[in-house]
Amino acid sequence: MDQNTSHRYKRRGLKLLHLVGLFLAMLIICLPGLWIVLSSLRPTVEIMAKPPVWIPQDLSLDAYRAMFGGAGQGGIPVWEYFRNSLIISITSTIIALTVGMAGGYAFARYKFKGKSGIFLGFMLTRAVPGIALSLPLFMIFARVGIIDTHFAMILIYVALNVPFTIWLIDGFFRQVPKDLAEAAQIDGCTRWQAFWQVEFPLAGPGIASAGIFAFLTSWNEYALASQITRSVNSKTLPVGLLDYTSEFTIDWRGMCALAVVMIIPALTLTFIIQKHLVSGLTFGAVKG
Amino acid sequence: MAPVTLKKLVKSYGNVDVVHGIDLEVKDREFIALVGPSGCGKSTTLRMIAGLEDISGGVVEIGGKPVNDLPPRARNISMVFQSYALYPHMTVRENMGFSLKIGKVAQSDIDTRVNEAAAILDLDKLMDRRPSQLSGGQRQRVAMGRAIVRQPDVFLFDEPLSNLDAKLRTQVRTEIKRLHAKVQSTMIYVTHDQVEAMTLSDRIVIMRDGHIEQVGTPEEVFKRPATRFVAGFIGSPPMNLNDATVADGKLVFAGGQSLPLPIAFRGKVAAGDKVIFGLRPDDIYPTGHGLNSGEATDVHEMELPVSITEPLGNETLLFVTMAQREWVSRMLNPRPMEAGEMVKFSFDLSQAHLFSPETGKTLRS
Repeated sequence: MDQNTSHRYKRRGLKLLHLVGLFLAMLIICLPGLWIVLSSLRPTVEIMAKPPVWIPQDLSLDAYRAMFGGAGQGGIPVWEYFRNSLIISITSTIIALTVGMAGGYAFARYKFKGKSGIFLGFMLTRAVPGIALSLPLFMIFARVGIIDTHFAMILIYVALNVPFTIWLIDGFFRQVPKDLAEAAQIDGCTRWQAFWQVEFPLAGPGIASAGIFAFLTSWNEYALASQITRSVNSKTLPVGLLDYTSEFTIDWRGMCALAVVMIIPALTLTFIIQKHLVSGLTFGAVKG
Repeated sequence: MAPVTLKKLVKSYGNVDVVHGIDLEVKDREFIALVGPSGCGKSTTLRMIAGLEDISGGVVEIGGKPVNDLPPRARNISMVFQSYALYPHMTVRENMGFSLKIGKVAQSDIDTRVNEAAAILDLDKLMDRRPSQLSGGQRQRVAMGRAIVRQPDVFLFDEPLSNLDAKLRTQVRTEIKRLHAKVQSTMIYVTHDQVEAMTLSDRIVIMRDGHIEQVGTPEEVFKRPATRFVAGFIGSPPMNLNDATVADGKLVFAGGQSLPLPIAFRGKVAAGDKVIFGLRPDDIYPTGHGLNSGEATDVHEMELPVSITEPLGNETLLFVTMAQREWVSRMLNPRPMEAGEMVKFSFDLSQAHLFSPETGKTLRS
């Protein structure tokens, strides 16, 4: 065997090891998700069995049938929850992105008094645990009379997401060289056109990822929603999960089924958008 | 096609003035270079002409009309940036046609004009690539193409060659010169490289600390520098400059060595005056190896030791010690020479300069 061949074998061996390692890591990461899907398909006896039953014996879609079967037959108003979640998450994401874009751009491009102070202030709001705010929020919202409304939830999620979107989008606008907007202005753009024609498309991937984060935060948030929402008027899916607990029993199968229903839209959205997260788009703008 | 006039132009950041009321007239179709060390205000001046920087005081006129309050897009200018500033999400063709698309020009006209510019700059084969797929020199050409397509009144260049390697720089420099001959627009070119300024421009503006030191043709600023700063800045290797005292038809340097007072300055300085004496390396040469050996009118000869030689092939730079300082000499048609050798040097004093140590201004008038 000459040196080249032995090198090649060595490289192939390493590559194989690498792939096996990756597979194991992914397995550990994906297992909980897989377990939820499996649990939604098996009877409670099997879920609670000790030692655990690894190979499912008895798979059925009963939980899903019951869930969408409507109240009375063990079902929950899943369509209403779904609608609420969708309205609240999408609206709050759009608002958070709009504010985040304006704010992020301002922080990235303009100099103003107290800039770093304000920025730090935004970040500090993230340091306060959300649950600590739930009681004051509940009291204020009750006073104002917006408990159990979409508006209240949207307000909360916008407040929750804006600091984060500003921070993330600021970073992406910083990566877009200032020269580009100036060149666009010389090329005949107004400040506004220069933003939309040049800076926005280049910061696009960043704005998209900020959008995903904001959406997922709102979609999955439980602690605050469980305080503020009361009925089908505004209950979101995570709060809806609690419908499966009663005084003495917990319907694990139903809960897992609803969890699957929750995961699917989030996963789909992330999948669609992440294709647009082409990084390195700004490469080649400046310098040689 | 338009002249550009700056009147008492001032730029200040807070209390700090970076451009101190400069006046400049750039004629129609003239190629003018703003040159100076970094921080001298040349880029700021250019950006004020472009409208990218607010004007703190004074007036910028393009085509005879004040443009202080016009946004960049209304000034009908093009600018080539040091970083090229190509739009990375557009192809070369889209980059070049962008200004016309924004200006709502018909697509067919855009195509014609973009293709014309591409032909001038030899970009035809790159039109569908993105900036990231181009080399530095190609990006530079696209940036120029984008500027040409706009058919502006004034071209502005902000150190366009400083990101290119030395070889490419010379090449693109020639291209810019050719471009100016072709498009016949007013061009204002900012650089810190005096060679670029000399080779490209009709007139050079030398700036320092927010002031204009001298405006003149390359020949003028080289042969008749108005200040000590210009004398030291223009020319490579730089002019030998040394403090001296005038005494009885002589210039006495530190350490007591002296040269005769150049004929051109007799009667202009009095004994006891402190001056700065300047003489280019071209005008100090081993006797017989100079530019105008035999024809010079005011030559002084002196034997001096050579400390270092730097052969360049067609010429050799010699470092000689005189008056406790090293002077650079340029030897044409070089002969081999050893360090430490005593050589007879000619000082062509008809080319000498004297500057006032206080004001830095020339004493020739």
